[in-house]
Amino acid sequence: MPENKLKKIPVREQPPQERIKNFSEVCLGYNEDEAIAESKRCIQCGLCIKGCPVGIDIPKFIREIREKNYDGSIKTLKSFNSLPAVCGRVCPQEEQCQLPCPLGKKGDAIQIGKLERFSADQERSPGRNNVPDIIKNNIKTAVIGSGPAGLTCAGELARMGYSVTLFESLHKLGGVLRYGIPEFRLPDAILDFEIDYIKNLGTEIMTNVLVGKTITVEQLFRQGYKAIFIGTGAGLPSFLNAAGENLNNIFSANEFLTRSNLMQAYGSSRISDTPIIAEEPVAVIGGGNVAMDSARTARRLGAGEVNLVYRRTEKEMPAREEEIEHAREEGVRLVPLTLPVGFIGDSQGKVREMKCIRMQLSEPDSSGRASVIPVPDSDFTMPVRTVIVAIGQRPNPLLVRSLAGLKLGKHGTIETDENMMSSVPGIFAGGDIVTGAATVILAMGMAKKAALGMDRYIRSLSS
Amino acid sequence: MHKVLKNQPLAEKIFRMEVEAPLIPPNYRPGQFIIIMADSRSERIPLTIVETKGNAVILIYQVVGRSTEKLSSLKAGDPVYGIVGPLGHASEIKKFGKVVCIGGGVGTAVIYPEIRALKDAGNHITSIIGSRSGDLLILKKEIAGISDELFLTTDDGSQGEKGLVTMPLEKILIKEKTDLVIAIGPVIMMKAVSGLTKRYSVKTIVSLNPIMVDGTGMCGACRVIVDNQTKFACVDGPEFDAHLVDFDNLLLRSRQYQKQEKEAHPCRKIN
Repeated sequence: MPENKLKKIPVREQPPQERIKNFSEVCLGYNEDEAIAESKRCIQCGLCIKGCPVGIDIPKFIREIREKNYDGSIKTLKSFNSLPAVCGRVCPQEEQCQLPCPLGKKGDAIQIGKLERFSADQERSPGRNNVPDIIKNNIKTAVIGSGPAGLTCAGELARMGYSVTLFESLHKLGGVLRYGIPEFRLPDAILDFEIDYIKNLGTEIMTNVLVGKTITVEQLFRQGYKAIFIGTGAGLPSFLNAAGENLNNIFSANEFLTRSNLMQAYGSSRISDTPIIAEEPVAVIGGGNVAMDSARTARRLGAGEVNLVYRRTEKEMPAREEEIEHAREEGVRLVPLTLPVGFIGDSQGKVREMKCIRMQLSEPDSSGRASVIPVPDSDFTMPVRTVIVAIGQRPNPLLVRSLAGLKLGKHGTIETDENMMSSVPGIFAGGDIVTGAATVILAMGMAKKAALGMDRYIRSLSS
Repeated sequence: MHKVLKNQPLAEKIFRMEVEAPLIPPNYRPGQFIIIMADSRSERIPLTIVETKGNAVILIYQVVGRSTEKLSSLKAGDPVYGIVGPLGHASEIKKFGKVVCIGGGVGTAVIYPEIRALKDAGNHITSIIGSRSGDLLILKKEIAGISDELFLTTDDGSQGEKGLVTMPLEKILIKEKTDLVIAIGPVIMMKAVSGLTKRYSVKTIVSLNPIMVDGTGMCGACRVIVDNQTKFACVDGPEFDAHLVDFDNLLLRSRQYQKQEKEAHPCRKIN
């Protein structure tokens, strides 16, 4: 194979010094020539399909790009995945579909995500709309939560002909895609377009409804819903349980990002009434994508000094490499092997100093990641004016708690069978509420499986 | 979708709103709250439901910032951008015996449904309502009608006793055995009441209204320290055992955005 075939077509990005002054998308995506050139590198072996949690026929959609059959390409994608513009942007392709790519062994794997994004974005140009013909069966199904799992499940059920009602407790749809992932990684306009597709399939939308409080699952069954999907995610933020953690200017990443993204506080106060604080120096605690999103948001809100504090080393960070790289380019300073153990405030109750200890790597733990142990007598303090805690989320117990007889895992996740049905007949679940905090595409894969399971379950009721 | 049916001033900067929210009344119980957004740019504001009426909820709120000002400018027939609820746990309603219910400022609106429910449950109710001045005393008539006794206090003495709600409270605590005190109002008032009842060993419940964003347990903005543990007022509360609440932390946290709020709305008043 010629040398140049092993090199990926680089994707254009906003330069770091410019993008830290705005919230526009960092990655600009492929243009047509670039997409076609990248698609021509594909050897059509199909090994990538195994790496995709929703099993997209990747060689087919890439072949269709190569043939400039963009309608075909998006149809292929959408027959497997209702949210390709989202997945093309936020999926960790390097750990999934791109991992088995033979080109990656000697050079660069095919940039499947960037091609997926290109294909999805082609659809967004005017005059293209790919809503399939649906034969409605008028059987009522409910989907609770409008994040990646809920949107996917709703889309799948609607395409099968079911009447779908999608319940969301917030005032806007999208779940973590809306409140969590920032505009510079996933613009609202893209998300809105994907959601419009789900709406155009005939899904009934109920925002501002907290199932379990506004209406109970029991009441939904009584209203004639035959099967219910729970995709309420992992929305409960974890804190460090360190002394002084309730001082002012210490936020969960969920709060910080929700203020910025959902409540639009990233704009000026003319756009939103919701305030946000990013006084420097900022310390973001954690090493995942949420931590990167928080740090990069803080930079864009004008914080000059943003330190990302993580107890292991960069190698163990769960964030995507691309996100770590982007954060670094944007001037976020990584402070590895550091564990915050307490916070000290000023007379107004605002955090002023973060007490830390140095850590060192030790034996791998049960997950295979190196564990860390404290370095003796290594405590020191770090000046901080804002702290963002991004050490993970757990399933929100609100709905789950209201359901009698629902079998739960040890972290409050819902236990399901191979069809994604819970211990309560007719109640299905998928996404982070089943796995604990994981990825968008895994949630979508489960949601798709759940939709098939719901279909089988409903059929079994009438037979 | 959610239409304003009525929106009228009750006192200076205090409004009473009736707003259509047909999904909320069937599952509502006293003590629960909603989150409301006047328009798409508003903050999400938590407000305790005063009562429900048909398919509407009744809210009483004080204009303290830009978003509540927007709420106050809505007219009958205008839509509200969003309203979600009922949120939080309901109050514990049962027969306690002799209950003292204390409402401070706009907190009086929050305690009103609880007084009614406790009265219906067969309790002897002594109510104390306090405010800065007489014209800010709300729901006086309504609360008088369902209380066995009513005391009024104002900071300026323009109505009732001049001084704080703790003055009549202490007299009651000295005079007779009280089974439960419920206090809802400014943090500083709840702190004072809690300090007093602790001395007399009378169980006391407060309803907390810290800053919230989603109101469903997702953000942790509303975290409060109760019994040395972090709780989320939105899902673990809003009511807590007053003697276990760290009011000083709550007071500081409620001032978190004071600077930003002053910039957005110069007359913001923080309690």
